[in-house]
Amino acid sequence: MSAQPQKQPNRPGGEETPESADSGQVKGNPQSAERAQELDSLLDEIDTVLEANAEEFVKGFVQKGGQ
Amino acid sequence: MDRRIYGVETEFGLIHRPASDQLPGRGLPPDELARYLFRPVVEFGRSSNIFIPNGSRLYLDVGSHPEYATAECDDLIDLIASDRAGEMIMHHLALAAEQRIAADGFTGQVYVLKNNVDSAGNSYGSHENYLIPRTTHFRRLSGILLPFLITRQIIAGAGRVVPGDEETPPHFAFSQRADHMWEGISSATTRSRPIINTRDEPHADAATHRRLHVIVGDSNMSSTTSLLRYGSTDLVLRMIEAGVPVGDFELENPIGAIRQISHDLTGQARVRIRGGEEMTAVQIQRGLLERIQRFVAEQGDHHEHVGQVLELWERALTAVETGEHHLIDTEIDWAIKKRLVDEVAAQRGLAMGHPRLEQLDMAYHDVHPERGLFHLLVRRRRAQEILTEAKVEEALITPPSTRAAVRGEFLSTARAFGAETTVDWVHHKLIDRPLEAVMVKDPFPVRDERVESLLDKLGDRSTQLRELSIQERSQRAVSLALSDKYALAAQAEPAEPPVI
Repeated sequence: MSAQPQKQPNRPGGEETPESADSGQVKGNPQSAERAQELDSLLDEIDTVLEANAEEFVKGFVQKGGQ
Repeated sequence: MDRRIYGVETEFGLIHRPASDQLPGRGLPPDELARYLFRPVVEFGRSSNIFIPNGSRLYLDVGSHPEYATAECDDLIDLIASDRAGEMIMHHLALAAEQRIAADGFTGQVYVLKNNVDSAGNSYGSHENYLIPRTTHFRRLSGILLPFLITRQIIAGAGRVVPGDEETPPHFAFSQRADHMWEGISSATTRSRPIINTRDEPHADAATHRRLHVIVGDSNMSSTTSLLRYGSTDLVLRMIEAGVPVGDFELENPIGAIRQISHDLTGQARVRIRGGEEMTAVQIQRGLLERIQRFVAEQGDHHEHVGQVLELWERALTAVETGEHHLIDTEIDWAIKKRLVDEVAAQRGLAMGHPRLEQLDMAYHDVHPERGLFHLLVRRRRAQEILTEAKVEEALITPPSTRAAVRGEFLSTARAFGAETTVDWVHHKLIDRPLEAVMVKDPFPVRDERVESLLDKLGDRSTQLRELSIQERSQRAVSLALSDKYALAAQAEPAEPPVI
């Protein structure tokens, strides 16, 4: 019943996972370039939906206490 | 209990942000905004505290918080879908409120946030209800359940960007709610927030059942996180009810522990077991999980999602223990959010403490399907989703297969015949026939003959009522959830009042 992607847990310090050595480690390969592009596009989309003045928004979000 | 009733009550945060070129500064005050938001609710049900055709309850709570309480569910996916339907209803109400606000000459956007804390430190909750047998020994139950709930945040927390203060630098924490819990067990909710509330209103036969009211949880956006949250809690309860030894993890200082655990993302914070050693949250959770795995191996799965719950539970503990958060960063709210915050911070060169990161945290909980960051992450496959759109739409109008179906049918039928009612979780009363009010104590059956015969007195339902199609319903109302199921068959329907 595991529809989840099976990811192998590995302890910090264990370096023996070549294919999961992602972000940062191997710059320049097509996969990481694609990933960087995807992240750029995500951040751009976020910029379009968030109110530009973050500080105003955060400070303005004050509720009365609930239960 | 093999079959259990679940419910969850969600309080939402609410703000109005005027357009920046107009009205600089604050938007409408909370109480005025709440009135705008609930105007369609009042128009539909003549009150700001109503039960709706899907069997759930919609109301304005203490402090002008819009709140949605799911109907009684006996299935975890139904529960999660009903909770999401509540988010959709709030979104529909927010859109309608924006229109009315604009018509009154103001500008701006209305935000409904399903989170638990504002920037001034006010907190509002996500309260879980579990039906448990009256025979369960409450002292034993709380002894086992409290340490579970205190540590549950590492597998089900919504995550929080915590602003810094004089003592601690800004950082990321597991939980929204942990800092706002003041007691282990108590009967109060607003005055002194306890983790388990002993308010004993079973909404069922009090001789056989009680309602366990848990107010420690974070509001979850992720349906996979929700499944783990409710699914794991049910399993712990099941083991307690079966009288199986669960081990002793009772904590010396529950409130100190819940905060300590929340703020240590390494999972290494050690908390003292009463009269014993110190343990980490992962060790306590593993201790419970191992016993539950044995219990399930012996007793078998009692619903179809048990395997998924156990697998994700185990993986989440490994992720915390090893710091390999990517193991769960599409399935567990705090890890989904943390990945986003980390990446934005790195890419945009923002330090922890930058207001943009706090804003991201809040926007993650925005119920707006286009603007809300959780929903945006689902579209980009950075968060998994187990609910289909069809399931959520169904949950907007159809009660789950429990007593909620009795309530929903009662409300919808009476409305069609123009009969006024008062209902709550157990009572079904026609205002014109007060002596014939029916109390339905059993929360499981979907039909009650006494309610049926009461409704028969209103008219012949099979010939006089016509069920409206989804299209007809959506044309008439601000939200499908606030639309009538039936119309009188022969009669042309009067036009709905305009949405102003």
